[in-house]
Amino acid sequence: MNAVEVSGLVKRFGDKTVVDHVSMTIREGEIVGFLGPNGSGKTTTIRLMCGLLTPDEGEGQVLGFDLITDALKIKREVGYMTQKFSFYEDLTIAENLEFVARLYQLKPVGEHVDRTLEELGLSSRRRQLAGTLSGGWKQRLALAACIMHRPKLLLLDEPTAGVDPKARRDFWDEIHRLAAGGLTVLVSTHYMDEAERCHRISYIAYGRMLATGTVDEVVRDAGLTTFVVRGPDVHRLAQEISSLLGVEQAAPFGTTLHVVGSDAAKLETSLSEFTKERHGISFERGETSLEDVFIQFMGGARDNMQ
Amino acid sequence: MSDRFSFGRLGALLMKEFIQMRRDRITFAMMLGVPLIQLLLFGYAINSDPKQLPAALVVVSQDHYTRAMVSALETTGYYRFDHVTASASEAESLIASGAVVFVVTIPSDFARRVDRGDNPQILIEADATDPSVASGAISTLGTVANEALLRERGMQTAAAQDAASRLDVIVHRRYNPEGVSQYNIVPGLLGVILQMTMVMMTSIALTREIERGTMENLLAMPASPFEIMIGKVLPYLVVGSVQVVVVLSAAKLLFDVPFVGGISLLLAAVLIFVLSLVLLGYFISTVARTQMQALQLTFFFFLPSIMLSGFMFPFRGMPQWAQWIGEFFPLTHFLRIVRAVMLKGANLSEVTTEIVILCLFIIAYGGIALARFRRTLD
Repeated sequence: MNAVEVSGLVKRFGDKTVVDHVSMTIREGEIVGFLGPNGSGKTTTIRLMCGLLTPDEGEGQVLGFDLITDALKIKREVGYMTQKFSFYEDLTIAENLEFVARLYQLKPVGEHVDRTLEELGLSSRRRQLAGTLSGGWKQRLALAACIMHRPKLLLLDEPTAGVDPKARRDFWDEIHRLAAGGLTVLVSTHYMDEAERCHRISYIAYGRMLATGTVDEVVRDAGLTTFVVRGPDVHRLAQEISSLLGVEQAAPFGTTLHVVGSDAAKLETSLSEFTKERHGISFERGETSLEDVFIQFMGGARDNMQ
Repeated sequence: MSDRFSFGRLGALLMKEFIQMRRDRITFAMMLGVPLIQLLLFGYAINSDPKQLPAALVVVSQDHYTRAMVSALETTGYYRFDHVTASASEAESLIASGAVVFVVTIPSDFARRVDRGDNPQILIEADATDPSVASGAISTLGTVANEALLRERGMQTAAAQDAASRLDVIVHRRYNPEGVSQYNIVPGLLGVILQMTMVMMTSIALTREIERGTMENLLAMPASPFEIMIGKVLPYLVVGSVQVVVVLSAAKLLFDVPFVGGISLLLAAVLIFVLSLVLLGYFISTVARTQMQALQLTFFFFLPSIMLSGFMFPFRGMPQWAQWIGEFFPLTHFLRIVRAVMLKGANLSEVTTEIVILCLFIIAYGGIALARFRRTLD
């Protein structure tokens, strides 16, 4: 059974179409990464799925409930972690958890809260105000509060923004542990390493779903060729190289330059001619990264930001 | 350019400020529209020497002396006889409920005493809960009535011009015979203080959640709009109840305000009033987008409700259109209840209308707020 099955979702704010016929299928227990530039409609799509917004067009089911008519039932079974910390900063950690437990009618409240605090490792700080927690701890508290009612679907909106690498790693271990237990996860992110930890990824830009599949599939289907250019002060040549025929991206990576294009033959010809004239500069075939693919997508997508 | 002052930098700050001012539509409207509205409203509505005050006439006989008295009183401009009755008890309940400010009683032997040459009497009872209302009307009374009587008799019997049979005007200042203004102000203050704190506190209830981002989370969790509304409103109802006890105790202990009526009726009325206030605040909360806007809307509501409710100026002294506007403030109705119950000892049946109106406010504010509350972020 699929946890999420939506098709043709459209959401407009005024005359701006923020989500434009987005369809998505997520299998039970799957971790799907949701990627795309800022303002591409990730947050809006997630809000559509948890009933916080009503779609203008489209239909679908979330956890077997109709997206339009059963929004309230969906809310009970979904855990949604907002992009911005949205618990009460003037309540203590324990008070926040108690509040959430009572709203979901979890009984007994005390037991659920104690267990959650224990799992978080926050038992000793239960009386601390949530507003005084650091970014990483706020994120852990928010996650704990979202999964306390044992949801079947977890929607995470850029959960690791502004969190240090160690905390990020712990967070993802936790997500995988939860998914192994049958929880379905849709997580939006800007980090490529996080995308690679997902079972599948979906790429959305300017409200349109541009690609979906495993990381390898998405990279392969993009049909890009990448060359790595080496040599002294090669990063200063980026401007020049990017104007060559067949070059679509030229980005410095440390002492090297990644040159990407969709027409492999044309790209190779251009680079051969370019390096021939310059001493000490060489190039070799490189591996196209997910990031290269995304930059390509962004360049190709129509600018819908206005 | 100097380090201390640069016109360029000042210009940047000013530009930014004007742009922000323009973007915040409500604030902009408040700065331009509100002063004008309030000037017109209060300028025309407020009258500290009120005329055309509603009065009841208790009269048994319809002789020409009586008619002459009535028309003389009406020509002063202070009295407007809305009710003419033969029953003293009906007049009593009219003044107790606040429907009339004066009761003029012309006794049945009035004409006979004039004809006989005895001193005739008329009785004027004034509702003195607000001492300023009645003062003008009472001060002109004696001369006017006497002149009218003399004129009337002069037409009938030119001979009977003896000073001995002068008219006795007996004035009863009811409910507040010494004219202590605190008796009127302190119960009114109860309403004003409650209004200020209750509306303001609840008006930021929802906007605070939205501004802090907690609203999104609250909506994503299974809580119904009705639960959210009651959850926001009930705590302030408790706060309001505490305020009521404090203000009423102070009224009794510090100002020695008389407490004639039933305490349970008063408390019930206060509770209904507070509920209407918190729901009004909640309603404002569904309209405003920021806490700042919510506070501005509260103040926009606050000033007219003080000016036009009868708290600062006599309600009956305002022109009819201003009285109509005044009817739309819960405070107006609460003031009538609290003055009637505390100072006049009114019972439930005499304030039922006002209580029903307060209940209508509750239903209206609550209903609109629930309808306006969006379960989604659309």
